[in-house]
Amino acid sequence: MSPNWILIVPAVAALLCALPLRAPAGAVITLASSGAVLALTISVAAQVQAGHTVVGLPGWIEADGLSALMLLLTATVGTLAALFSWGYLAHTPARPWAVRGYYGNYNLFLLSMLAVPLIVEPNVVWTAVELTTLLSVMLVAFDNTREALEAAWKYVVLTIMGAAIALLGILVLYWAMQQAGGTQFTWDGLRAAAPRMAPGRAELAFLLILVGFGAKAGLVPLHTWLPDAHSQAPSPVCALLSGVETSSVLYVILRLLPILHAVPGQRLEAWTLAVGLISMGVAVLLLFRVRDYKRLFAISTVEHMGLMLAAAGLGTSAAHFGLVWQIMSHALAKSFCFYAAGIALLATGTRDISAVRGLIRTSAPAGSALLLGGLAIAGAPPFAVFLSEFAIFRAGLTEGHYLATSLLIALVALAFFAIMAPINRMVFGTPNGVAQPGPGLPRTCLAAVGLAAVLVVLLGVYVPAPLHTLLRMAAAVLAA
Amino acid sequence: MAPALPALSWTVSLNALCGGLFLLCAFGMVAARQVRGCLEFFIAQSVFLAASAFLLGLQPFLWHLFVVGVLTVFTKTLVIPWLLGRMLHEELHTRREIDQQINIPTSLLIGLALVVLAYVLTAPLLPVGAGEAARTNLPIGLASVLLGAYTLAIRREAMPSLFGLLGMESGALFAGIAIAPDMPLIAELVGAFDVLVLAFIVGVFTRAIHRHIGSTDVGRLASLKEEPGP
Repeated sequence: MSPNWILIVPAVAALLCALPLRAPAGAVITLASSGAVLALTISVAAQVQAGHTVVGLPGWIEADGLSALMLLLTATVGTLAALFSWGYLAHTPARPWAVRGYYGNYNLFLLSMLAVPLIVEPNVVWTAVELTTLLSVMLVAFDNTREALEAAWKYVVLTIMGAAIALLGILVLYWAMQQAGGTQFTWDGLRAAAPRMAPGRAELAFLLILVGFGAKAGLVPLHTWLPDAHSQAPSPVCALLSGVETSSVLYVILRLLPILHAVPGQRLEAWTLAVGLISMGVAVLLLFRVRDYKRLFAISTVEHMGLMLAAAGLGTSAAHFGLVWQIMSHALAKSFCFYAAGIALLATGTRDISAVRGLIRTSAPAGSALLLGGLAIAGAPPFAVFLSEFAIFRAGLTEGHYLATSLLIALVALAFFAIMAPINRMVFGTPNGVAQPGPGLPRTCLAAVGLAAVLVVLLGVYVPAPLHTLLRMAAAVLAA
Repeated sequence: MAPALPALSWTVSLNALCGGLFLLCAFGMVAARQVRGCLEFFIAQSVFLAASAFLLGLQPFLWHLFVVGVLTVFTKTLVIPWLLGRMLHEELHTRREIDQQINIPTSLLIGLALVVLAYVLTAPLLPVGAGEAARTNLPIGLASVLLGAYTLAIRREAMPSLFGLLGMESGALFAGIAIAPDMPLIAELVGAFDVLVLAFIVGVFTRAIHRHIGSTDVGRLASLKEEPGP
């Protein structure tokens, strides 16, 4: 089936959600459409890993290994988050029109995120990235509190500012390609023209895009909006924002690496390694000061994005494999963390770490989910994040990047303690009676948590052979 | 022996004039004391952007650039001011001074330093034969992007922030019409659509913020941050 349907289905669903139907209609439509998109992305991924080329519109819509992986992750998280939204929204005091708006917006947001990996023309990819901001900002502000508005405002201003810088970068990239005699402005066309590009132009383009899209991917120094937006949004939206939106923007930066690698005389490995390490360092400092458990997971995203960029900077095929594995394990574990945080919020009514104690006794599902999520995202064995981080470290050590790799290991270890200490207090501490036990947890939320938990646990111990092939192909896309 | 400089055609000279005025408008947005002034400078800047696109599209004839010019006039000088006027009439016509972190003379000096920086950064990329349009538009475009970012950093109010964002986008486009004149048209169409969505969403937000805190001084929204634990 044509990959174009991946973009058509959510657009139709968004229109259907705008109709004034009775209450669970929006949730059902969204769940059905994201499930259909998941089926379509699985078929695309299956075709790609079997070695077929997947082309929707030549020169515009195409999918290779890396795109197929991103599509698969976006659709998986999108489906589970839609399931989680069903019960979560039913428990919030939102008006019917607001809920309709939420589901319409949700489908459009999903559409924009699916467009990023599917489109191969960088200028249109830029537009898709900008639309991911513009279409998710209303979801971030959904609670309509002063804090939610503040978070949404910072989100819009900083990421659109970054997008304007990235736009200039993309135009400079086009210029560099044209000077080098390239004619087709696609990822492949750029790659073909790269050996003849002027190094100065290519490097300026890369730096502008790194800074600009880095703002959106949560890289330091323009990361300040991320903990706000990723903590104030409703939990299913947080799962999408933190789990896949940041990675799909990082994907655009990663796409440039093999292109820029072919340009003579560039130093981009040093840039990516430095920006990645600095992002991780700042995130670890922030993790030790955090008081809100949703912010804890949000800041951990900054740390993971830094790690991924640093892994890209190590620049070997083993590091690239670790990197794409890390993208996958991060997407599943981080979205699980936000479902866990969502049911913890429903169970306790507070986001304050110090107010929640002994959750395992007051609400066993929320407590155990939070513990599992913390362990999975902090990188405890045998979860997938541990394996992918280990793969990155091993790649760094075999290549002789001893200093950078030891810094990476130290920062990941510090982040582990910074995440697990508050989680441990929240789950096992003596109940202090501050948090009010909420109503029973919605069944759809528990189902989403359960399904996500199965994925998180399973992929830590067993990666199916087709998925492994897909990861290999995705890593091969990044190779120079 | 130095090669003789080629005579500049009238389109190139007029384009350079447009570039100068475009940059001046970017400074105007840094220096304007009232929201109304920011809007007027933004409209003027968009007119110079469109004029530059028309001029660069004349010789050699590039119909793409005419489309860019028409789209710019339509979206940035007509639709966005109309939309903001409909949504935020009081905000635009308020007569109080915009609150800013750094005073205006200092801001202008910092802005000047940013322009110098833009020229320094782009100079190595523009050898003598690089095309006159790119030599004018690329440094000025980058300078406008930097000035817009600077405006966002010092002006913590909703409307000036919006004009900072739009100014950055215009700056990138101003460079783009010279260095990438034959971009696929779809990119320009979706870009124009994008700017409209941006203005609409910021408008909606400004109204919501006004309802919550009684003003649009978004700098006062500062409750979200990490603090040392107990």
